[in-house]
Amino acid sequence: MPWFGLCFSMPILIWQLIFFVFPLAFLVAISFWLVRNFRMVPTFEWQNWSYMLSRGFFWDAYVHTLAMAAGATVLVSLVAFPCAYTIAFKFRESAKQLLVLLLVTPFFTSYLVRTYSWQVFLSDNGIFNAALGLLGLEPFAMLNTAFGTYIGYFTLCLPLVVLLQLFSLMYIDRSLIEAAHNLGCGRLRTVLLVVVPSARIGIVVAALFCFILTFGDFVSPLYLGGGQPPTLSTLITDTTKSGQQWPRAAVIATMMIVTLLIAAFGAVRFAYRRRA
Amino acid sequence: MNEHRLINFLLRSFVVLVFLFIFLPIAGSFVFSFNIDRFPSLPLGGFSLHWYEMIASDPAVWQALRNSLTVGVVVSLVSTLLGFTAAYTDFRYPFFGKSIYMALALLPPTIPVVIMGLAMLAFLSRVGLSGEIYAVMISHIVMCAPFAMAVIRMRLAQMDPNIEAAAWNLGANQWKAMRYVILPFTAPSIFAALFVTMAVSFDEFAVAWFVSGLNETVPVRILNTLQGQVSPTINAIGTIVFITTMTLVILAQLLLMRRRKPASA
Repeated sequence: MPWFGLCFSMPILIWQLIFFVFPLAFLVAISFWLVRNFRMVPTFEWQNWSYMLSRGFFWDAYVHTLAMAAGATVLVSLVAFPCAYTIAFKFRESAKQLLVLLLVTPFFTSYLVRTYSWQVFLSDNGIFNAALGLLGLEPFAMLNTAFGTYIGYFTLCLPLVVLLQLFSLMYIDRSLIEAAHNLGCGRLRTVLLVVVPSARIGIVVAALFCFILTFGDFVSPLYLGGGQPPTLSTLITDTTKSGQQWPRAAVIATMMIVTLLIAAFGAVRFAYRRRA
Repeated sequence: MNEHRLINFLLRSFVVLVFLFIFLPIAGSFVFSFNIDRFPSLPLGGFSLHWYEMIASDPAVWQALRNSLTVGVVVSLVSTLLGFTAAYTDFRYPFFGKSIYMALALLPPTIPVVIMGLAMLAFLSRVGLSGEIYAVMISHIVMCAPFAMAVIRMRLAQMDPNIEAAAWNLGANQWKAMRYVILPFTAPSIFAALFVTMAVSFDEFAVAWFVSGLNETVPVRILNTLQGQVSPTINAIGTIVFITTMTLVILAQLLLMRRRKPASA
């Protein structure tokens, strides 16, 4: 490539190699380093790995995080789909554009501020329980429960999942749906047998993003879920912020990367699988 | 027919519910920021600017705002430059290994922020940059460049590659064609990318929290407040940040919409 081409193709490559690929590789590398006298010593030992992978609390956190993220992925997808479906097929073009614009807005509000706002709604003396009290109902604990965590997960993922599903639904050939109707296929069957398979890639990609986001989120489990039991990301922040045990945190991070790679690979395989 | 209308009604109501859920916390923080109560509940307390006065008189907030703005300006300039070069490369050149190149350019936002944060902290502290404001800038550029690239690439997709080739045939060298053909055509998207990347950087809290040390940015300040004694000043800061980012985004949107007229003329 001539100079001109190099001037344009190289900057991002060099930048991302130095400041993206290298730090991630370095992270995996320090999982083999040791901490001596509060300093990290470069070496190649499996000590951190055998330590972390033999701890009950690590596997508890791993299973808990995986279950919470998988649950959120299923729930968010199930809630998002009727919404995306309705926007795609039941609204006029102008209304559709407005709704898409509204769905983009949350990306530009602080997730932290929204989380704090939920605390005010969900706490024992908060808005929701006060409203229940006005109706003569007993208050019940919402903050610092798994329910709180899920509220946070929905806040984080729902707009994105609806948007991604919507984009794939908008490109479905309408004549397919009409054909199904003409052939006597009922509404629900048409949705399940025609619409969902046609939008499969978008639905799977949306679910994958939801899984990635919730699997790595440390804000909702901590500030809405109460932090107990800990998730992998809270383990990482605790281990990193409370001392020099970065190698152990690196082990957790590497395990997370591997898990996410497997999930991403599986999802892509599933999304682009040939129809049986 | 009646059943049909009932189902449509239910579906639309469901959409309304979903949007209520999405906007409840946003509207909530706006309302609570003007509420006198430290722990708002029903019935709501009186109107007050107390929390705004508190943040206005807090030097830590002003310092955080200065840090956020400095970081935001540098990040938006550098990541837009990187994004532009990458978008043009993708537009212009087919080459071996391009899918890997594009993956490198687009992947960072899909890495969980905790992992990015830890990786950047470990790496940057090794090269003696962690805790410096440059650390936040470097990390944010990694995360923002893909957004800039996506915005500019979408604009380039609307351009006929033959226009550039025509410029070369008419005697322009590659740099001149870049200066007089590509740059004017992509200008609106370049400005849009500047605003979008700044908005993303202005809102990023996790990686910044890992690497910023004592140089808090505004979202890191919020996170640290959230960890300490909870205070409704978060709502006031959040409202100001929301208005700032929305202004940036709307400006970006206006720029992207205005382009349509000259393009079709």
